[in-house]
Amino acid sequence: MLIYIGKRIIMAFLVAVAVSFISFMILNLSGDPAIALAGADASPEEIEFIRETYGLDRPILVQYIEWVSRALQGNFGESPYFNMPVKDLVGDRISVTLILGVCAFAFAVCLAIPLGVIAAIRPNTWIDRTALTISVFGQALPNFFFGLIMIIVFGVMLQWLPISGDDTWQHFIMPAVALGYYASPSLMRLTRTGMLEVLSSDYIRTAKAKGLKSGRVLFKHALRNAIIPVVSLGFVQFGYMLGGAFIIEYVFAVNGIGFLAIQSIQRADLPVVQVIVLLLSIIYVSMTLLGDIINAFLDPRIRAN
Amino acid sequence: MNQISLKHLKIGALLVAFTMILSIPALAGKKDDTLYFSWKKELETLDRYYNTAREGMVVSRQICDDLLYRDPDTNEYKPLLAKSYKWLDTTSMEFELRQGIKFHNGEKFDADDVVYTLNFMSNPDNKVLVQRNVNWIEKAEKLGPYRVKLYLKKPFPSALEYLAGNLPIYPNEYYAEVGTKGFGLKPVGTGPYKVVEHEIGRKIVFEKNEDYFKESPKGRPAIQRLVQRTIPEITTMSAELITGGLDWIYMVPMDQAEQMAKRKNLKVVKAESMRVGWLVMDAAARTGENPFQKLKVRQAVAHAIDRVSISRNLVGGQSRVIHSHCFPSQFGCTDDVKKYEFDPARAKSLLAEAGYPDGFEIDLHGYRNRPYGEAMISYLRDVGIKANLKYLKYSALREKVYGNKVSFNFTTWGSYGVNDISNITGRFYNFTDVDFARDEEVRDLLAQGDTTIDLSQRRTVYKKALQKIAEKAYVLPLFTWVANYAYTKDLDFKAYPDAVPRFFLAKWK
Repeated sequence: MLIYIGKRIIMAFLVAVAVSFISFMILNLSGDPAIALAGADASPEEIEFIRETYGLDRPILVQYIEWVSRALQGNFGESPYFNMPVKDLVGDRISVTLILGVCAFAFAVCLAIPLGVIAAIRPNTWIDRTALTISVFGQALPNFFFGLIMIIVFGVMLQWLPISGDDTWQHFIMPAVALGYYASPSLMRLTRTGMLEVLSSDYIRTAKAKGLKSGRVLFKHALRNAIIPVVSLGFVQFGYMLGGAFIIEYVFAVNGIGFLAIQSIQRADLPVVQVIVLLLSIIYVSMTLLGDIINAFLDPRIRAN
Repeated sequence: MNQISLKHLKIGALLVAFTMILSIPALAGKKDDTLYFSWKKELETLDRYYNTAREGMVVSRQICDDLLYRDPDTNEYKPLLAKSYKWLDTTSMEFELRQGIKFHNGEKFDADDVVYTLNFMSNPDNKVLVQRNVNWIEKAEKLGPYRVKLYLKKPFPSALEYLAGNLPIYPNEYYAEVGTKGFGLKPVGTGPYKVVEHEIGRKIVFEKNEDYFKESPKGRPAIQRLVQRTIPEITTMSAELITGGLDWIYMVPMDQAEQMAKRKNLKVVKAESMRVGWLVMDAAARTGENPFQKLKVRQAVAHAIDRVSISRNLVGGQSRVIHSHCFPSQFGCTDDVKKYEFDPARAKSLLAEAGYPDGFEIDLHGYRNRPYGEAMISYLRDVGIKANLKYLKYSALREKVYGNKVSFNFTTWGSYGVNDISNITGRFYNFTDVDFARDEEVRDLLAQGDTTIDLSQRRTVYKKALQKIAEKAYVLPLFTWVANYAYTKDLDFKAYPDAVPRFFLAKWK
């Protein structure tokens, strides 16, 4: 087990290094940060002045090596735009994104698992079809579009919820629902499939024959087994959700790292984008790893292997 | 039945309670004397000298004062922190400063602040981002506690324009102590508003400066508090405005502005901005042999496009057609030049005379407002010029222009809101990478205008240059842009062409 975890950690590290290199190169190819900083109407002299000031006139590879050596010492450089350490900028905002991610994940789980279980208990009934419809909508609607619809309905028409910002817990409701809803269909379908499979297995029949209460059979014996692949997928979805938070944070003006990333891409504030991409890749890889480890604890067969 | 009703009642009560918990009272701007406004940009610093954004200028104008002030209604320069000013010769000015003014932190305003600010910011070592605002200053010298002499590197008549909005005066002691980083977070000025709260890139709260001097041509502010929030998505911003979460927004896209104009509680103004557009034609053959070397071809292009229709139907609002290569209110700009009316038949005959009876094929490059470009190529096709629209990102197009690869270009310029012609013609006819006319006479006339202090002489030489540019049709000036503002009907607000909102002039109705 320890060897397995060790191998996965090394893999995660290599993925992070690869992501940092590829993203650094792509970002530098995508636009000249000096032009973005100087503004559209700046003269060539002003652009050159900014390029020299921020050391953007050196070869990309030199800039990357410098960045890596500094990053290994915990120094992720300064944002040329904000003139502040990237670490502080990202550090200030990561908590907002994590709160949003956790809320969205909680919403996705609360919606998907009960729906999946109900759909499995009553397959091919109107309940099952309703659950399927909810799931299809969730996957078909782009989350930013769903977010805008919610703004119109709950923000403008009903005026129940605040439209933008992150000052109170109410501000997180719409973004979390928009983000979580998009992630719920796959969790729901997997729960349903798993439950259907488990419910038709011999040990459930035996449990029922022994006269155990249906609730106990369902939750203690069936769901516990059916949920194993869902846990793994859930962690992967959490990673996806943090990526999806980019657009949702932008739409709802939630001041997290997704919001920061989009604004930074637009103004070619590359050191910030670089760190956010790296951070998200690390979170994603870690989540996958964590999902595997929890799976191993839940399922003795994985442990044995 | 009773049970069902009771159950329904309970559910209803729960829903009402839930709604009450969730319902957010709309922020009433007029009611709490607070103007809530928003823009898309995360402003990196509130130190005007170290940001390049319009929003930086907006903040600076509310919290700081310059030596002079340009009255936005009359375009007249009035003394602001200066009590009076005079040109000593073509490269030096003297200012007498107002007395009894204090910065927001209590620091006394005097000549030391002016000398420190102007000398610090014009020193290249201090790396002010927009160098054009300061690189004409040689030095500032203290003549007395309230007298300052300003030396210019060379005659620079538009100095007044820069001194009236682009050179805010900072408190020398505070700035020396906190530097640009500290000042960017907690700025201090003498202006009508002071910053009382600032979350970088996210929120700025301004409060009325109760001690603001009553002689200021800016007038004393009427609204108690201003709250700025950054909202990047325009749909979200519009929703906030509709529901009362915001009182004022600007740069609203045309389609949304039209929707908002239908709302009873909102006012939408499509105000003319200083941005103008034009078509550049490679008369100087920088891209090699091309049809635009012939005057008649350039004139044909000018006659082929119905600029009035595009301005009225696509740009809308207060947009108007321009015939000179400048914004009409800019000093030195004149409309007394050759005009090319929409006349496709004349365009065709000019093309035939130039040796292109069947027209020709050409790429028209552009980087913004694609629908305008599409309308223009449609008009050009009607006279036989098969123009293919090539839209690129600004940075990519810029490289192609500098690399002599663009013979036909749809471009625009906002003059940084500077109301002086030197800020537009000074850039496009001086034989640099963006000059496709390469006319020595035009270059010399403009250079003369840019360095002459005598106003009537300036006007004369600029007029001559503009007349030649129009006569030779080096470019086809198109029309002015508009900036759409949307705000609550409770607000008395006026928009100006430099698209810099003056909240200190706004008041509740």
